[in-house]
Order: sequence, then structure tokens, then C-alpha cells
Amino acid sequence: MLVRRARTWLPGLLLVTPSIVLIGVFVYGMLGWNFRVAMTDQHDAVSEGKFVGLQNFVDIWDLPRWHLSVNHAIMFTVVFVLGALLLGWLLAFLMEKGIRGEGTFRAIYLFPMAISFVATGIVWRWLMNSGTGERAVGLNRLFDWIGLPQWQWFRDPDWGMAAMALPAIWQMSGYVMALFLAGFRGVPEELREAARVDGCTEWGVYRHVVLPLLRPVTLSALIILGHISLKVFDLIVAVSGKQIITDVPAVFMWVAVFDSNDPAKGATIASYIVLSVAIFVIPYLVWSVRKERRS
Amino acid sequence: MRRWLAAVSITMVSVLGLAACGGGGGSTTPAGQSPAASGGKQQVEVFSWWTGPGEADGLQAMRKIFEEKNPNYTFFDAAVAGGSGDKAKALLQSKLQASTPPDTFQGHAGAELQGYIKAGNLEDLTSLYDELKLKDAFPAQLVEQISVEGKIYSVPVNIHRSNVLWFNPAVLKDAGVAAAPKTIEEFIAALEKVKAKGKVPLSIGSEWTVTHLMESVLLGSLGTDAYNALFKPGADWNSPEVTKALENFAKILSYAGDPQDDWQPAAKQVADGDAAFNIMGDWAYGYFHNPPEGGLGKTSKTDFDWAPAPGTEGTYLWLSDSFTLPKGAKNREGALAWLKVAASKEGQDAFNPKKGSIPARKDADQSLYTDYLGDALKDWSSNKLAGSIQHGVAVNQPWLAAINEAVGLFIASKDAKALQQGLADAATANAQ
Repeated sequence: MLVRRARTWLPGLLLVTPSIVLIGVFVYGMLGWNFRVAMTDQHDAVSEGKFVGLQNFVDIWDLPRWHLSVNHAIMFTVVFVLGALLLGWLLAFLMEKGIRGEGTFRAIYLFPMAISFVATGIVWRWLMNSGTGERAVGLNRLFDWIGLPQWQWFRDPDWGMAAMALPAIWQMSGYVMALFLAGFRGVPEELREAARVDGCTEWGVYRHVVLPLLRPVTLSALIILGHISLKVFDLIVAVSGKQIITDVPAVFMWVAVFDSNDPAKGATIASYIVLSVAIFVIPYLVWSVRKERRS
Repeated sequence: MRRWLAAVSITMVSVLGLAACGGGGGSTTPAGQSPAASGGKQQVEVFSWWTGPGEADGLQAMRKIFEEKNPNYTFFDAAVAGGSGDKAKALLQSKLQASTPPDTFQGHAGAELQGYIKAGNLEDLTSLYDELKLKDAFPAQLVEQISVEGKIYSVPVNIHRSNVLWFNPAVLKDAGVAAAPKTIEEFIAALEKVKAKGKVPLSIGSEWTVTHLMESVLLGSLGTDAYNALFKPGADWNSPEVTKALENFAKILSYAGDPQDDWQPAAKQVADGDAAFNIMGDWAYGYFHNPPEGGLGKTSKTDFDWAPAPGTEGTYLWLSDSFTLPKGAKNREGALAWLKVAASKEGQDAFNPKKGSIPARKDADQSLYTDYLGDALKDWSSNKLAGSIQHGVAVNQPWLAAINEAVGLFIASKDAKALQQGLADAATANAQ
């Protein structure tokens, strides 16, 4: 009896055990370790560190650099997420209107996804070179030819991080397009026809029928882009290195750990990054679990 | 039954796979490399970041001498690419934490090594210094500036100079500047004249080059003794002299052109005649002078020229690459043999002309060093010494990170008061 019952659940458990162990140790174990370090005063490489509670989480708001990097992360996130969503939606919309050679276009727009952020960053570092006038290369040279004003790009003190979002938009909008295209295709033709019969304009069909049905797709895209954006590191380092003018929390964390030898500060920043991503991810998880239960 | 078997075998495979990964990571270095690699010879693992043109050739020249003198050792080149050793240092950190250090590793001489010393990673080399009489071979000030509580932990191989003003003679002539400026005031006047001609007065690169500029301005404004005193415990970074120096720095930086991607494009602006001045270490000489691909192939004194940074004549703002002896080195004897070559006149004279730096020893063969290096060698033996900030002599790594942060924030805010406060806080937190 016992053996027969074990037969039903044991093989499954054995199959997933390795990944449970691995994820337990390398994801949740490390996360716990990180939070533990963040709550100590281990501010150099050799000291043991005493428990100080949430002191580090409060103190970090006194640092001018922390404010700067948080502002940068917010500007990057807003520009990147909105830019990629709009561009991705627009591409999907045009595709859906039945363009010739759709497969080719789809592949072209999706390809940037296959490139790593580091490679993208190195190419865009050249494209966004801040040289002007005679020394202009990349986009500034192009702007010069067609008579647009030249720009400092990511070195612009106020809008630099908006420029930094451009490579990310370039890379991810094709992916958003693919998501939306699948979403568009999922809207039954009957619904649109019904709306048209009722005298709805083409714009109205999209506004009142298609877009509401795309809400789940938009939400997924928002979450995927949002969490990439909040922990962005490789793109920034490839484009500008660890300079303050493009500082974001993940770069600050790296400098805190490896240059300042301050594990507690680095762990505090890492904790804030995890928490900010959790704000995006947890509501999504709750929502999708509920949806699964319903169906 | 078959499902059972499948499940068990998949589990076994994944567990074994894990074990293999775990075991592999830990054991490759100690087991795979050290013992009797070729015909009873022992390997000496030398860890550096010398992979670029010039520096890698220098390392090979030293290797040749090492292998001739020590026929029972073979040299294992564990160099990791990447300028100023960013990546190499991260890898080294993990090797040290795993207690599998290389037999000897490269580090900037001076305060940058403090972290390793405090963590107990390095052996005291004072006895080697006594054995080889190195305290007499190196300038006394150098020995003093690399000593930590009376002990010495590294052997400097080369010396670079940080306070060099590179300029374009034609641009200066055009702007009506007769000679390289000797003081900060003359420098500002010259920058103003160049600005009136519509050229870039001073070229800069990424943020670290601005810290590099700041150390020369601090030295030029404060003088050598006051500069050196800044790095002693309890030093006063809030003094009116430092305020004045930072105002000078802010003024000079206001003449800077658009920041370039790194020091090379900034130096190139001078070579191309777009910019008049650039303050950069003397590794720029190789870049100006070497034939294309490796350099710009410019002629010294006509296409580009040099002088000590304004206000710093008579002082050598130095930095140095050095080798260390980590505790627990697998081949301690081999590492000591390497350090002896690195410290020797023969080794340093083989390495430095190729790398484009001068030897730390006072008894170098002068005929090997010509053009810029000839000037540098002359100044090295006669000048007062001051340690570089950006290149790890005067301040340790956390302190440097804090200084770079203050300078980075200053570039955006242009607030000299906040910069001074940031520097003072950095000193209080890190001076020891």
C-alpha cells in the first residue's frame, strides 16, 4: 500500500529535487545571506560585522550618490519601458495590418534580442560618442549631415540616462513586438467584425476592443521590461564604465563591494534592487496564480 | 518500474554533474599546474595585467632573464587582460579568498596593497630587501613611501610619472603662449589665451582622468610637503590652502573640452592640434610616439611636447608596478627567485625600455633611456617624490573609490565646497 502510494509521488519529487536544492541554495540561500550581510556593520573586508538592524538601509539615503543613482534608474526605467512598449506596439500594429514579407520583418526586429547587452553597449558607445563638430562620429555625424542639432548623448548632465535607454529600447522593442503580435492574433476576428457592424471606426475597434483584450500581454511586457531595467548593469558598464554621470544602483553596488571593500553597503544596495524588482514581480505572481485557480 | 528507473537515473546524472562542476572549480589550479610540469622543472605562476603592446614585451624580456638564471624553474604567465588591472584584481580577489594564490602577483606599489596586507595575504619582504641591499638601490624616499609600519611588502619594477603636462607646440605658438606654463596662474592665463583662439584649451577623458588632473593641481597648488602631508592620519583637508587648490582645480576644469571616452582620445586631441594641453601620466609618451597601430607615430618636440605639470617642477608624482609574495604560495622559492630578477638592474633594464617607463633603481644604464625617458630618469634621481592618488600610491582602494565618487559628483554639480567636504570625509573615513 505504502509502496504503491509512493510510486505516485516519489518519481516526480526525485525529478525536481536537484533543482529545488540548487535554487534553494543558490537563489534563496544567497538572497538570505545578502540580507544578513546588509544588516551588519561589516564595512571592510576583514571585520566580522555586528548586527545593526536596518541602520544601513536608512543611512544610505544620506549619500548624494545614492540619490543620483536612484534618479538615474528611475529615468532609465521610465524612458526604456515606455519607449519599448510604444515602439513594440507600433511595430506589431503595422505588422498586423498585413505587410508584405512579414516573416522577414519579424526576424529583423527580433534579432537584436539575440545580442548581449555588452555587445549592444559597445556598438552604441560609438554611435553615441559625444564628439561634436569636426570630431563627430556615429549619430552626431549623421545628425550633422541631415542638419539636426548635435547632442552630448549619455554625457548630457540632465538627460543622459534617457540617451542610455536608447540601446535598450533598440534591443528589446522587437521582443515586445512579438508579444503584442501574438496578442493581436489572439483577438477573435468576430469581435472586431461585431464592433464594425455596430458602426465603430477602425481606431475605435483598437481603442475599445483590441487594447482591453491586450491588457494581460501589456502587463507581462511591463514586468519583463521593468525588472530588466531596474537591475541594468552590463549595458551601462559597456557604454560608459563606472562613471558617476551614468551611475545606477547596480553599478554603485559593484563599486561598493569591489572598490570600496564595503560588503555591508553593497549588500544594502543589492537588497534595494531586489525589493524594487519584487514590487513589479510579486503582484504579477499573485495575479497569475489567482488566474490559474480560476480556470 | 521503467518510470522509476528513469527518475533514479536522471537524478543520479544531475547529482554527478553537480559534483563534477563543484570539484572541477576547486581543484584545477593547485593540481593541474604546479608539480613538475616539464622534465622535473617547477613552475612559477606570475600573475599580472601586462598584455598590451610594450608591456607584454617587457614581461617576456624579464622572463627570458629569469629562465636563464633559474634553469630548474619554468615561468607560467598568468596575465589577465584589462587596463589598470580592473579585471585582474577581481580574479585575484577570488583566488586569494580560495587560498589558492598565484606564486607572485602584480600590484601598484604603495597604499593600494594595504587591503591585502590587512587581510594577511602578503609576506613581509624586508629580509629580501636586506639580502639584496635594495634599500640602497632604490631612492630613500621611495622606500619610505612604500613601507607600512616599517615593513615592505612589494618589489617595485618600474616607475611612471603622473604629473606630466603634454602640449601641442604649434597650438601654443598660435595662441601666443611662449613656453609651457610653470605655475598654476600662468597655466590659467595660457588656457584663457587658447580659448580665445577657439581651440580646446585642456582635453579630458572619462572621470578617472579628471581625478588624475586633480592630483597634479593639488600638488602644484599646495607644494610637495603639504601634498604628502594630506595622506598622513589626521591631515586637514578642510584647510584654506586646500580650498584654494580646489578653486584652482575648478577654474582649470572650466576650460576643459567635452569629455572623451578615455585618456587616448583626449591625448589624441593634443596630437591632432585640436587641443592645447592635456595632463596625463607618462604612458601617454608611448601612445604619442610609437608607430601606428600601437601609437600615433608623432615626432616629439615638434608634434607634441612635455613639461612637468604647472607648479610641480622638481617633484616626481610617481606610481609604480610591483610584485609581491603572497602567503601560501605553492612555489615560494620560485617566487623569491622571480622577485630577485624583478629587483635586479638587469631585469629592470630589460623590462622598462620596452614598457616605456623608468626603473625604480638608481643605477640604471642611462644609455637605454632616450628622449622623454631620458628626461624622466634625470628627474627621478634628483626630484622630490610625491605619491599618486589615482594610481594607488597615496591612498588605498576604498579611499580612492570615495575620492572618485566626490570628483564624479563635482563634475556634474561644479560645487567646489561639496568636493572639499567629500574629500575631507573620504580622508576621515579611510586615513590610517
